[in-house]
Amino acid sequence: MTVAIDRATGKRRGGPAPRRGPLQRLRQGYQKYWYAYAMIAPVVAVIGVLVLYPLARGLYLTFTNANSLNSARTIGVNEIEATYEWIGLDNYADILWGPTAYDRFWSHFIWTIVWTALCVTLHYVIGLGLALLLNQKLRGRTLYRLILVLPWAVPTFVTVFGWRFMLADSGVINNALDSIGLPTPLWLEDSFWQRFAAVMVNTWCGVPFMMVSLLGGLQSIDSSLYEAAEMDGANAWQRFRHVTLPGLRSVSSTVVLLGVIWTFNQFAVIFLLFGNTAPDAQILVTWAYQLGFGQQPRDYAQSAAYGILLLSILIVFTSVYRRWLDRNGQQPAL
Amino acid sequence: MSTTTLPTAAPADRAPAAAAPPRKGRGRRGLAGSLVSHAVLIVASFAALFPIAWLVFLSLGPDKDDYLHPGRIFGRMTLDNYTFVLTETNFSDWLVSTLVVSLGTTVIGVLVAATTGYAVSRMRFPGYRKFMWVLLVTQMFPVAVLMVPMYEILSELRLVDSYLGLVLVYCSTAVPYCAWLLKGYFDTIPFEIDEAGRVDGLTPFGTFARLILPLARPGLAVAAFYSFITAVGEVAFATTFLLSDTKYTFAVGLQSFVSEHDAQRQYMAATAVLVAVPVSAFFYLVQKNLVTGLTAGGTKG
Repeated sequence: MTVAIDRATGKRRGGPAPRRGPLQRLRQGYQKYWYAYAMIAPVVAVIGVLVLYPLARGLYLTFTNANSLNSARTIGVNEIEATYEWIGLDNYADILWGPTAYDRFWSHFIWTIVWTALCVTLHYVIGLGLALLLNQKLRGRTLYRLILVLPWAVPTFVTVFGWRFMLADSGVINNALDSIGLPTPLWLEDSFWQRFAAVMVNTWCGVPFMMVSLLGGLQSIDSSLYEAAEMDGANAWQRFRHVTLPGLRSVSSTVVLLGVIWTFNQFAVIFLLFGNTAPDAQILVTWAYQLGFGQQPRDYAQSAAYGILLLSILIVFTSVYRRWLDRNGQQPAL
Repeated sequence: MSTTTLPTAAPADRAPAAAAPPRKGRGRRGLAGSLVSHAVLIVASFAALFPIAWLVFLSLGPDKDDYLHPGRIFGRMTLDNYTFVLTETNFSDWLVSTLVVSLGTTVIGVLVAATTGYAVSRMRFPGYRKFMWVLLVTQMFPVAVLMVPMYEILSELRLVDSYLGLVLVYCSTAVPYCAWLLKGYFDTIPFEIDEAGRVDGLTPFGTFARLILPLARPGLAVAAFYSFITAVGEVAFATTFLLSDTKYTFAVGLQSFVSEHDAQRQYMAATAVLVAVPVSAFFYLVQKNLVTGLTAGGTKG
């Protein structure tokens, strides 16, 4: 066990401490850390009330058959009591193995995985490429950077509508494709092209974040490392492979993790691009929303069950990812 | 932004080129490499700019089907759409609600996140790792998990269709990320400053408020920006929790152009542009600090 000094307070911590009674230890812990706890108290309150309590409540709902017809509600002056009842694990069983489970869950599940992998790869590769270009001494790079960040600066719901105009049947993209003799797909109607369009729009929206983060990472790499590599006769590729990539590792692991989480949960792009019209292009998040709020009667219980499944997938992924980083001798990113 | 930074950047870029020795080395590419870089960047800039420029262009066309015949717009550009949106629709209501919600989220989010970020940056207390783990996990809550129970809870508290309810909901997304971001930023501020403050007799809170916060301004700017952008751009919760059309935020209001008057795309484009302008302006105000703040969060574990 290491002995470290808490530098904010100058107190020793860790190390062998004499054992005391639990009450005394509690009091001592309180005296030692009360300001730390006081400072995180607001967040604990916010997360507890706004996240953990709803989560517990949502988990409970997944074991019931709640929908908008049997939940407590107020119609005019009449208050109607909730009448939904406990049905155990039936919701999960129905989603995972029930009839038409493939259409309702597994097809969306596979598409969600493909969507996440494709988008994050494209975000990262394009973002890294642009960051490398912007990290050179180049005339006008500030201007380039300002322009390239634009898709991030403008709110997603605005740009998605812009894309909708462009992707419409005889919108500008199809006109352009037509004029150079390429086929003009039905971007917003055909299920393959819907998916293609969704990935394209999301890539466009997500690249600037990667680019800015990786550019920051590139700038923090010590330039003497490059000089040393150059002295050793490393060519450009070798410098990239053995200096740049390792130097970016901690930034990369963080932004990739965030990118996976954000893309997996990306709601706005697909919801606004297609609305209710594209059952095949719905990822699990938008599909769950559809069940809970986009249809009548609203199926609260199934929607919440999808949510819990989504969350479990993400938690499993994050744990595996962190373990993988740990094994590669890396500091956990978060 | 661009006008102030460009003139200073240009000479700096030119200097090494002028002084470049004939030897070809790192940072000095040949003419071809330079041209390729410029070409790629120009293509990328075009791709980044075009959808937005196109929206602006369409918003000038007077007719609802002009987006299908962009050529027509050139002859008869007009600002009528903007006048219509500003005077005849609920635009001003939407502006007010968007501002109330997003600024509320920004203020509460940053305040709460700053204390937390400082606590987890400076102090190792029992439960530290678990706490960081919770902060991370909250990051990845799909909207679908919380939507239903939050809807129930808010309707029990009679907060559905109210600004406060939405601000609280947004805080739950913005706060964990901001706290984590600010932790990274606080980590870059030397501990000696805290120690000096402690020696001079400040309490931990005093150190935080008087010494660290002023130093962390760039980090705070990024956190503020993140909260603001989250709140402005959020669609799912706003669509579900706001019921009366005078309380819509822009994210919901824009959708109402699709459903209500399906064909009135020119007004939608004009509204979209009017929304994008202030948000982007805000963005470019803090973008100077963006790289610093984000990488401080990213590079430090």
